[in-house]
Amino acid sequence: MAVSTISRILDLVDKHQAKLLTSWVESQVASGTLRSGQIKEDELKEQSQRFLREFTSGFASGHSDDIMGQSWSGVRELLSEFSRSRALQGFTPSETATFIFSLKEPLFALLREESKGNAQRLGEEVWITTKLIDKLGLFTAEIYQQSRDEIIKRQAHELLELSTPVVELWNKILALPLIGTLDSERTQTVMENLLNHIVKSGAEIAIIDITGVPTVDTLVAQHLIKTVSAARLMGADCIISGIRPQIAQTIVHLGLQLDVVSKATMADAFALALKRTGQMVTRASAKPA
Amino acid sequence: MEQIPILKVGRCLLVSIQIDMHDKLALALQDDLTQRLVETRARGVLIDISALDLVDSFIGRMLSNIAAMARVLDAQTVVVGMRPQVAITLVELGLTLTGIQTALDVDRGLALINRLIDAEGDDGAGGAH
Repeated sequence: MAVSTISRILDLVDKHQAKLLTSWVESQVASGTLRSGQIKEDELKEQSQRFLREFTSGFASGHSDDIMGQSWSGVRELLSEFSRSRALQGFTPSETATFIFSLKEPLFALLREESKGNAQRLGEEVWITTKLIDKLGLFTAEIYQQSRDEIIKRQAHELLELSTPVVELWNKILALPLIGTLDSERTQTVMENLLNHIVKSGAEIAIIDITGVPTVDTLVAQHLIKTVSAARLMGADCIISGIRPQIAQTIVHLGLQLDVVSKATMADAFALALKRTGQMVTRASAKPA
Repeated sequence: MEQIPILKVGRCLLVSIQIDMHDKLALALQDDLTQRLVETRARGVLIDISALDLVDSFIGRMLSNIAAMARVLDAQTVVVGMRPQVAITLVELGLTLTGIQTALDVDRGLALINRLIDAEGDDGAGGAH
């Protein structure tokens, strides 16, 4: 019986494909998929059409219960592609799932029309399709979640890389602009980066700029001291620069001993570093007296 | 028995540690070094640890001791060639080797030690570092 129900639904979908497509796209538009402007109506229509085609061929296999099976692989691939691209474009989870769920309305309307008052038949058909569409919807949400997780992981990695650059300012002088909060993991990365650069460039002075560090508490101070000590063990001196007025106050109130030369700005620190390494920057031509 | 060679370079003694240190060797090194310092009247000690990929609290204390002994015999101590991983480990252990001068490599260490000796000669006061 189930098989005959499926083939009946299939016939209907096949016969009224154009009409189904139009009303499906309409209901997607009505639910606000296009509102954010990230996807064009043509594109939506094309996606819907491709989906309907794969959906019919998946349905034709008769295994409407098992969407992870071989016969539904085309549908799965298509859905993965759509949810992935939607996740990248910044769609919300509900917007992504709406793509599938909005198929229910036009499909049920079609079934109702064709059932001609046969309530039992209608019930069966609606049950089979709703079960199937729910499964596909959940699958879409899962893929969406996976793609978001991948994006977050990648961003976290990029952030870590981005936030710990070591810049060679001048001969024997390195700068280390720190941006963001210093936790143990970042301190470790910063320290390794700095020490490797000291070895590579033979630098004698490293300027640690903390303009971009939002707060300095005892823990951050300890991390800073660790970095400075490690550089000192390698034979390089450190200067801390970019201490904002509030941070200077916090450091004193907390009773922290940084035990290292500190300067208000990177420029001052650079001037001191030049002096310590016995270098000088002069004007190209002497100023007229 | 193993021995750590001590070479005289200019006004300094160069000690290159290339094997794992243990108590006996450390004591022997301290003996040898103080002996040579008195004999040669060297004004500086350069300890090269670039070959060590493991420096624990024991070696840390030994370095501090050597520096203190050299200080008593009017010589400056500079530790050179520490590897980045070693520096990180020492800092994590809380050993910052305070009171010991460091330099990146032997070249810079020699330059630093000569500067320190010259500065001492100028004002005649030791123990400023």
